[in-house]
Amino acid sequence: MLEGIFIGLEAAFSIQNLLMVIAGCLIGTFIGMLPGLGPMSIIAIMIPVAITLGDPAAALILLAGVYYGAIFGGSTSSILLNAPGVAGTVATSFDGYPMARKGQAGKALTIAAVSSFAGGTIGAILLMIFAPALSSVALLFHSAEYFGLMVVGLSAIAAFAGTGQVAKALMMTILGLILATVGEGALFNMPRFTMGLMDLQSGISFITLAMAMFALPEALFLVLNPLRGAAQGTGGKIENLRFSRAEGKAMLPVIGRQSVQGFFIGVLPGAGATIASFLGYAVERNIAKGDEQAEFGKGSVKGLAAPETANNAACTGSFVPLLTLGIPGSGTTAILLGALIALNVTPGPRLMVDTPEIFWAVIISMFIGNLVLLVLNLPLIPYIAKILAIPRNYLIPFILFFTLMGAYIGQNNATELLMLVGLGIMATIFRFANYPLAPLLIGFILGTMLEDNFSRSMQLYDGLGFILDRPMTLGLLILAAILVLLPSARSYRARKVARNVADGD
Amino acid sequence: MNTYGWTRRAMIAATTALVSIGGMAHADGHQVLDEIHFLIPGGAGGGWDGTARGTGEALTDAGLVGSASYENMSGGGGGVAIAHLIENAESLDNTLMVNSTPIVIRSLTGVFPQSFRDLTPVAGTIGDYAAIVVNTDSDIMTMDDLLAAYRTDNRSVAIGGGSVPGGMDHLVAAMVMEAAGEDPTGFNYIPYDAGGTAMAGLLSGEIQALSTGFSEAVTLADQGEVRILGVTSPERVDAFADAPTMTEQGLDTTFVNWRGFFAAPGISDAELVAYQDALTKMYDTAEWEDVRGRNGWVNIHNNGDDFVTFLTEQEEVIGELMKKLGFL
Repeated sequence: MLEGIFIGLEAAFSIQNLLMVIAGCLIGTFIGMLPGLGPMSIIAIMIPVAITLGDPAAALILLAGVYYGAIFGGSTSSILLNAPGVAGTVATSFDGYPMARKGQAGKALTIAAVSSFAGGTIGAILLMIFAPALSSVALLFHSAEYFGLMVVGLSAIAAFAGTGQVAKALMMTILGLILATVGEGALFNMPRFTMGLMDLQSGISFITLAMAMFALPEALFLVLNPLRGAAQGTGGKIENLRFSRAEGKAMLPVIGRQSVQGFFIGVLPGAGATIASFLGYAVERNIAKGDEQAEFGKGSVKGLAAPETANNAACTGSFVPLLTLGIPGSGTTAILLGALIALNVTPGPRLMVDTPEIFWAVIISMFIGNLVLLVLNLPLIPYIAKILAIPRNYLIPFILFFTLMGAYIGQNNATELLMLVGLGIMATIFRFANYPLAPLLIGFILGTMLEDNFSRSMQLYDGLGFILDRPMTLGLLILAAILVLLPSARSYRARKVARNVADGD
Repeated sequence: MNTYGWTRRAMIAATTALVSIGGMAHADGHQVLDEIHFLIPGGAGGGWDGTARGTGEALTDAGLVGSASYENMSGGGGGVAIAHLIENAESLDNTLMVNSTPIVIRSLTGVFPQSFRDLTPVAGTIGDYAAIVVNTDSDIMTMDDLLAAYRTDNRSVAIGGGSVPGGMDHLVAAMVMEAAGEDPTGFNYIPYDAGGTAMAGLLSGEIQALSTGFSEAVTLADQGEVRILGVTSPERVDAFADAPTMTEQGLDTTFVNWRGFFAAPGISDAELVAYQDALTKMYDTAEWEDVRGRNGWVNIHNNGDDFVTFLTEQEEVIGELMKKLGFL
């Protein structure tokens, strides 16, 4: 293995390759901030450039820089504008945005950068050590288990709801699941709930819904509520970049747990960064104690570090099925697979045997991509965070432009804008009524995967037999039931205790 | 107009020269068209997107076309772009829309009301055959083995694919079953949302066989992960000559997933000929060979009337099959 690392290092540390990775990180970060352009489209745009380089190692290093840059850029728009551009950074906005509103935008971005770096780097170390052994783990999950995993993900929504809001959160989740059924279903080649509109044929797009649920109501609230805008002024103070020693200490175990958990979820080809970030957030909230738990959703350091670590670790984990089996688990890795094949590198079980230098170049490029990203972005953070120092009357049009463009840019379809505005108004009404919007979006994201895997299992087992036939599925479903019942039982007991005390008085 | 064209071309050539040396070398007399605007019915990064951008790159680099621009217009499974091309036919000069087999399937199922007949078919340029594959560990060695296993217990063989029921991968599997004299609706088709997850399903043992694109199958067969039972080409393909065809195993069926270009309805003959000329000449250029090789595409050139005949035949075959499957 050491030999391989040296081969990889030798390939990576030329002036040309270092320039490549710097260019890649910068391009990725800046384009990644635009909500409509996730890592997938940016990599697709950069592939022809990478291929003209001719040298596979240089091309991979450039693409790794772009990839990690884009993931980091996506977190930036989640934190600063509550506009998550990719599903994997939705959970980042839960605590990142409140933190930015409290005038700690710089700190939030620093935490995101540091946890992304840690997640990516620890993930790469795990990849280096376990990749060949993990190829069988990646194939352990059948559709039935993925269904179980999605149910666990949904039941963790109780964790996203504030106290006393569990019922509201569940209702919003169900609404999200309903929205996910619009368009052609997985098992029936039939448009559903499209009202005859061609634009609804492929369903509501994630980016439109995310912008409508998070960013648009935010901008409307700024307009409707000038007092909130006054508080916004504190966002201008960005000198506070550092997190305190105590906060660092709180983050450390979160980063440790989530980089491992995120990595293993990422290894499963049907799960990926989104599930990893939601589960990471939910797990950390559930195991946090009293005060810390109450802080989640209001700008918790742990609540920001958890999804940021997990989604980066999962992105790295998704390279396990890609490199060892040649199976892309996500859209982004599918594009990367195309790039690798174009470079005459065929990922699969024989990659490590036939061309170890490529395998190691990929892994070393991950380390370099992560490191350069951290070094490059830390000094840039004060300038990026200044976006929030823009006066309100300029900031609102900026957010609106950003939001509308995000929904339009990927699809070039003007109907998306109408849907965005309609859904945005709906979301604003929900916010006035104090309904949480995050569960809706999570329900929407998990809904499609839930339905696909459920209907596939039904088809394979001619019914619900898979629940009993596959012990792991049953286990996951039981875990989900515990996750739903535990908080209710806990609060029931607390209420009972409180009543007894009152009676005693 | 011409002066403008030249100035612009010089500008483009100068810009390209900055990025890639040799960009100007070919910008000589044999240019066929000033510019092409590619309309892509799906988002960035998809198969249509890659085809349009690759073709545009080869055409401009080889100097056959002055400049190329691209517009992604997704929605309605491609229907939005088709409607756009028809509604704005008169104002859409120099526009070529990329499309592929799904335009035939989706107009049959009524996803969109139009069909290829409402457009001007220019040419089919590349294609990919389909293949049925199994896990290398599987006992199934040939199509006969697969059919035998199916005949013994038809629920024990689940065939997966990366498309919805009634989509391309399903239709290919059904075609093969029909050619074997079996009921095309009898087997258990398991749909996946993408080729990658379908492949994971096969390797995890969830499904017994997979209907997929030949180039994807070759990538995994090269790594020793899957065995290609049969390919839907008329003859064995050089890229992987070990893979037997369906026809040589007594299953009389061929299928090609083509990709090609369409222009707006009612364009002039001169314009159509110019497009076809540019695309035909493209095959002989080193620039195309470069793009084609990089993407693993197979040249399957169907020009003008041949393209229309091919589309009509494909529509008939698929339409009949879909009726039997109960999708129409």
